[in-house]
Amino acid sequence: MSAVAGTPRRRSTVFTVLVKEVRENLRDRRTLVSAFVTGPLLGPLFFVMLIVVMVNQQLDKATQPLPVPVIGATYAPHVVEALEAGGIEPRPAVADPARAVRDQDADVVVRIAPDYPQAWSRGEPVQVEVFFDSSRRDAATAVARVTQLIDAYARQQGAMRLVARGMSPVLATPVVVARRDQATPQARAVLLLNILPYFFVLTILMGGMYLAIDLTAGERERQSLEPLFANPVPRWQILAGKLLAIAAFSLASLLLCLLVFALVGRLVPADKLGMEVDLGWHFAAFVLLLQVPMVALFAALQSLVAAFAKSFREAQTYLSLLMMVPIIPSVLLMALPVKPQAWMYLVPLLGQHLGILDLLRGGEIGAAHLGLCLAGTSLAAVAAVLVTAHLYRSEKLAISA
Amino acid sequence: MIEVRALHKAFGDVVAVDEVSFLARDGEITGLLGPNGAGKTTCLRMLYTLMVPDRGQVLVDGLDAAVDPLGVRRRLGVLPDARGLYTRLTARENIEYFGRLHGMPETELGARAEALIHALGMESIADRRAAGFSQGERVKTAIARALVHDPHNVILDEPSNGLDVMATRALRQFMRGLRAEGCCVLFSSHVMQEVAALCDRVVIMARGRIVADAAPQALREQTGAASLEDAFVELIGSGEGLAA
Repeated sequence: MSAVAGTPRRRSTVFTVLVKEVRENLRDRRTLVSAFVTGPLLGPLFFVMLIVVMVNQQLDKATQPLPVPVIGATYAPHVVEALEAGGIEPRPAVADPARAVRDQDADVVVRIAPDYPQAWSRGEPVQVEVFFDSSRRDAATAVARVTQLIDAYARQQGAMRLVARGMSPVLATPVVVARRDQATPQARAVLLLNILPYFFVLTILMGGMYLAIDLTAGERERQSLEPLFANPVPRWQILAGKLLAIAAFSLASLLLCLLVFALVGRLVPADKLGMEVDLGWHFAAFVLLLQVPMVALFAALQSLVAAFAKSFREAQTYLSLLMMVPIIPSVLLMALPVKPQAWMYLVPLLGQHLGILDLLRGGEIGAAHLGLCLAGTSLAAVAAVLVTAHLYRSEKLAISA
Repeated sequence: MIEVRALHKAFGDVVAVDEVSFLARDGEITGLLGPNGAGKTTCLRMLYTLMVPDRGQVLVDGLDAAVDPLGVRRRLGVLPDARGLYTRLTARENIEYFGRLHGMPETELGARAEALIHALGMESIADRRAAGFSQGERVKTAIARALVHDPHNVILDEPSNGLDVMATRALRQFMRGLRAEGCCVLFSSHVMQEVAALCDRVVIMARGRIVADAAPQALREQTGAASLEDAFVELIGSGEGLAA
């Protein structure tokens, strides 16, 4: 390869390709919508909706009058009174309590047996049945309210019986559990925010998607790759310019997403859930740092995947499938919460996921973990770029027919 | 000057180009004539180093394509078989992009693009985006982009494909202009009349091999045929793939 004699007024090839790709794609509505509307706004929108729905739901169930069908209310008027005092609205009995719960006609149903008054007057333990479905998480607050009210009533009555017999009610509770919840308000939010890291990855992917397709499949379909390769420039320089263009769009998309999150984070009433969500500038800066190698990795990966497609449309299908991959750590960690080990930070996606959760939980990510995360993903990015460069050198790639 | 020595290329069991040798001289138009599937495009692709030959040598102005592919590409202006444009860029931007890739200084770029736009009669489309271009407008833009760096050697793969009569005439005129400037012009075609009208030298390919290499007049004499078309049919052994 002979070197080009350098004169000051010449642009470098990489820069020329970068500028052309950016200019061309700024003229494409599809790219713009994907990179600057859908990608960055999807996350914040979903997030706000989720928080608002949850806040309303929790507030409703915790303080609003709660209608509960009570079967056999006449057998235990005092129990019903206790429930009413706790904000429960007793409703007429239903024929089949199990079914009413299964069909979601009621969150919870209370049944009092007909032998309640006899057993009560004899001082024997009596049963109050509470029907519910533990797989329905939205009903959990209602179930907890009802059971707590009944428990409180039972303790109160027990204490009064002891007092009536001249004994101290304290005798019946030799051990008291003192609950010391170590979850900070931020940590409680993490349960909810497990999905958040995915949105950052999604916006990176959507920002660069159309450029990545254009890089190989698009150029080939348009039959412009062969003339491009007839120019006296090494292919790696063309590839470098194109990867930089993809990265530029991905990064711009991510920045926009972080900006919107920072603004939205101030508006969401997360504190009403006993949570604290800090999506401010400190958070944004660290997420950006964590995701920079990810941007390079995905630029190469998307180009690589698109290179195997024969047409633009086919590449689009492949890349949509690729978008499903980053959701894996989110789902996995929600289903199987594990204690994060150091090696996990090395794994691309997983490392970023854990790092972002660290930030949300305590506002800090350890220097060692940060280093591992950046190193692991950077290494993967270099490997992906090399594989893509190798593919880009192949003879077959350029031939359109 | 483009010199091809014993070029060979096979795809699996199919031999596309078989021991092909010829010379395209400066100040001449050399036509690579052959029916569809004769191996013309594959042969040209090896000239502009898109493909690597299995055997043989390509020399452009004395530079070996295997040793210095970038140097070879710098001396070539290529209109490949695939002539896609960037549809979201204007004709002028398409031309200037390739100029920059050839390392042209920004100061020369504008003037050179303007000269080509004028020479090819594309003033009316120069600043329109390529998305809505007709076939003829696309080919003109592709030619301008191929010649932006003022190459000494020009390779055109089936340049008149899809052009109407007026555009074809303009193209021929342009190619004669290049010859007058002393360029080495090599173009492929499967259209007899085109070759007869333009070429100083005809290289005929069939089934991957060279079957004749001579001036049009000499070809007629060599085969004893009355017309070049008859000579062509005689040489390739059939009229198959021959455009009327």
